[in-house]
Amino acid sequence: MNVLVCVKRVPETGARITLTSDAQAIDTTLLGFTISPHEECAVEEALRIVEQHGGSTTVLTLGPAAAIEQLQNAMAMGIGEAVLLETDGSDWNAESTAAAIADAVRTRACDLLLFGNEAADTGDYQVGVRVAHALGLPCTTGIKGISIAGGTLTARREAGGGWEIFELPLPAVVSVKEGINLPRYASIQGRLRAKKATIERIAPEPLASALETVRLAVPPEQETHVEILRSGAEAARVLRDLGLV
Amino acid sequence: MVLCLVDDDPVSLEALTFARRFGEVDALVFGDVDVGGYVSRARRIVHERLDEYAPLAWAQAIVELEPELVVAPGTDRGHEVLAHVAARLGAALAANVVEAAIEGDVLNLTRQRWGGSLLEEARLRGSPKLLSVAPHVVEAEPAGLETTVEDFTPALGDEHFRVRVARREEPEAGTVRLDTARVVVGGGRGVGSKEGFDVLEELANLLGGAVGGSRVVTNLGWRPHSDQVGQTGARIAPDLYIACGVSGAIQHIVGCKGAKRILVINKDRNAPIVARADWAVIGDLHEIVPAIVAELRSNGS
Repeated sequence: MNVLVCVKRVPETGARITLTSDAQAIDTTLLGFTISPHEECAVEEALRIVEQHGGSTTVLTLGPAAAIEQLQNAMAMGIGEAVLLETDGSDWNAESTAAAIADAVRTRACDLLLFGNEAADTGDYQVGVRVAHALGLPCTTGIKGISIAGGTLTARREAGGGWEIFELPLPAVVSVKEGINLPRYASIQGRLRAKKATIERIAPEPLASALETVRLAVPPEQETHVEILRSGAEAARVLRDLGLV
Repeated sequence: MVLCLVDDDPVSLEALTFARRFGEVDALVFGDVDVGGYVSRARRIVHERLDEYAPLAWAQAIVELEPELVVAPGTDRGHEVLAHVAARLGAALAANVVEAAIEGDVLNLTRQRWGGSLLEEARLRGSPKLLSVAPHVVEAEPAGLETTVEDFTPALGDEHFRVRVARREEPEAGTVRLDTARVVVGGGRGVGSKEGFDVLEELANLLGGAVGGSRVVTNLGWRPHSDQVGQTGARIAPDLYIACGVSGAIQHIVGCKGAKRILVINKDRNAPIVARADWAVIGDLHEIVPAIVAELRSNGS
């Protein structure tokens, strides 16, 4: 089983997001970076699948040279190989990202491509599906449980308080959500190994998209007038007045 | 034609309401959903093989109708189906749109990034234009229209059933769904332990509500991940959200800002969630929540 997992480098935003003066990007001067949360779970899932079924793991990202940090973080968790699709660090649209990923993995023998359901920053909800179409593979999204037996992948998605269950023949593309697992911490040995590992570098070209960003904006604070209640009994009265009891 | 995808998720009716700003809307209805009053024309999908959700088949139904603009709810299914349409037609897709207006060939729109803690203003060109509507930004509202319902049978082949729901596990009887609950009682780090949630459960039961938690709480294993309210969990829109021991990190706020009213129980008067609240009780939730429960019990019986 060869599993390839795609991750994205995103800033670790604090309590409030600050933009650059031209409102084209988040001001990341004072921020650290991380792997987008759904994708960190995708890394963990790749490791668990290969621990159970044997095989190889590869992590891939599209981003600036600095995204090597995120590839190394995934390798420190246990991923075997890494590929950087190197950009100048500007935001790539979903079409370009998917095309570059599809081109990079087309010649690799992958049984499973894992994505996060949506990147934490851009939240486009589509790169995995576009890659699946480009490669002619079946895909499913929003997955919070994976099991594999006899060339079939069973995927579980939350729906209406219960679960809907998909069965896909491998090779396949699956995008996962946080909650599918709890990602492990990297070991010291893992970190040392990751620092020394070779990273394959490819320089793809972006495509135009029919969706063009004009500017970013921080939504206005919706502060309300808070009435301070003095006790649980007063709170109970509020619940009664709202007709909830 | 402006087409709006509708399924049994209540967010679909919000998407329909949103779509009416573009003029006449055709609802494309999967399953048994009443859209009476919302639009003048609804096409109900009828196909012998479509007894369960199949994303490629739903996408094919949309493609076959050759719409200029497709609106879908910002749900797992809405995003998945639109992404298939986008990939098949080489079209762009704008996810979680909160505002949109047509200007000639261009759709000027505002969409959510970072789960809603950042907004992006963008221009969408080309055809078809595909967009999903962010959950809980508009209230579902019928427009008093007389709705004609037609059956529509798309031309589907085996390739459209490559991926489909094979089976389903229904929720346990009596479970209140977090995303549609009228009342949600949420807990954060301040709850202190898995057992600390017992009293929150009790309060939720009394109010016929659901229990939710912050990301810290689900990462610590105090609650299952399905209970998470926030950017990487559920977007809730209850009449009342009771936030107990929740500080109000931005990732949590974007999950609960659809709540009509918020009651906060927190030790810290300066916790960010207090600024979002309608009412707050400042103090130890382990004393205050039991006091609420006791008060409701004593007067209720």
